[in-house]
Amino acid sequence: MKKLVAPLLLAASLGAWAQSAEIANPDPKVEARLKSIAHELRCLVCQNQTIADSEAPLAVDLRQQTRKMIAEGKSDDEIRAYMVDRYGDFVLYKPPFNAVTAVLWAGPALLVIGAIATMFVFLRRRREAAAATPAPDARRRKEIEALLAAEDDARK
Amino acid sequence: MKALKYIVPLAIFAILCVFLAVGLTKDPRKVPSPFIGKPAPAFSLARLHEPAATFSPEDMKGKVWLLNVWASWCVSCRVEHPVLNDMNRRGLVPIVGLNYKDQRADATKWLAQHGNPYTLSVWDFDGKVGIDYGVYGAPETFVIDKQGVIRYKHIGPISPQDLETILLPLLAKLNA
Repeated sequence: MKKLVAPLLLAASLGAWAQSAEIANPDPKVEARLKSIAHELRCLVCQNQTIADSEAPLAVDLRQQTRKMIAEGKSDDEIRAYMVDRYGDFVLYKPPFNAVTAVLWAGPALLVIGAIATMFVFLRRRREAAAATPAPDARRRKEIEALLAAEDDARK
Repeated sequence: MKALKYIVPLAIFAILCVFLAVGLTKDPRKVPSPFIGKPAPAFSLARLHEPAATFSPEDMKGKVWLLNVWASWCVSCRVEHPVLNDMNRRGLVPIVGLNYKDQRADATKWLAQHGNPYTLSVWDFDGKVGIDYGVYGAPETFVIDKQGVIRYKHIGPISPQDLETILLPLLAKLNA
């Protein structure tokens, strides 16, 4: 176990080291804000990583750019707008609601509504069908009771 | 009515298949550029070969031209380069190179070795102009019209087929 954990710890600490070595004197406040923004931005080189996680040169540049904009006193929205202006909505992990993304956002809700509606229709039909089942006539009833009585006898 | 029980799931499955099949034909690396139809971002950069001189997109006003992002470290650029050389030989369109995150010496050596199809190249050492153009890899090529508006962005190397089927018709249209 120890043999396994040690390299993992080393790898983790190296990762942390790589991040902090990116600039000489990281300001914890700036780094915290950078982290919160960069986690919402997609790195376009390695598309399933955020700009915060990626070590691609472009991600490093964009982190640097974000730091600069934070230092200039830009708001989170301004920084996001800067990225979207250059890389499009795709850069946001949380895409805005617009004509193109309407299906994306509304789709799941529509599916749930559709499923609930279908369920209600199905249940009502079943209830109606049950209500509509004619009561067994006298002869049939006798047969049923005889069968049930035989069952009870068998159990005794 | 009974058949509906089987037809509905089958129909849903078929629709899902269509969506997935369409998804397979799309290249997730090709991100639509937000710059199409917008003015090319302004910049002023030192030229690669004459560091004292600068270039800015303004200088190309009135001409249809290409801005090609390249670097000596870029493997796909080698694939694309013969096509650019061919375009230059045929005198199709002025091509301005954006030498992206490269060492000046490496870049000039690379051009000496592979041929220089560029009217001129500018040197974007820190990739700042690259960010302003939404560049996320090389090569990338922007087609810019006479008014300085970006009309098309080609991501990845231009193949001879791309030249014939996409670029030449577009250039003819823009130059008309």
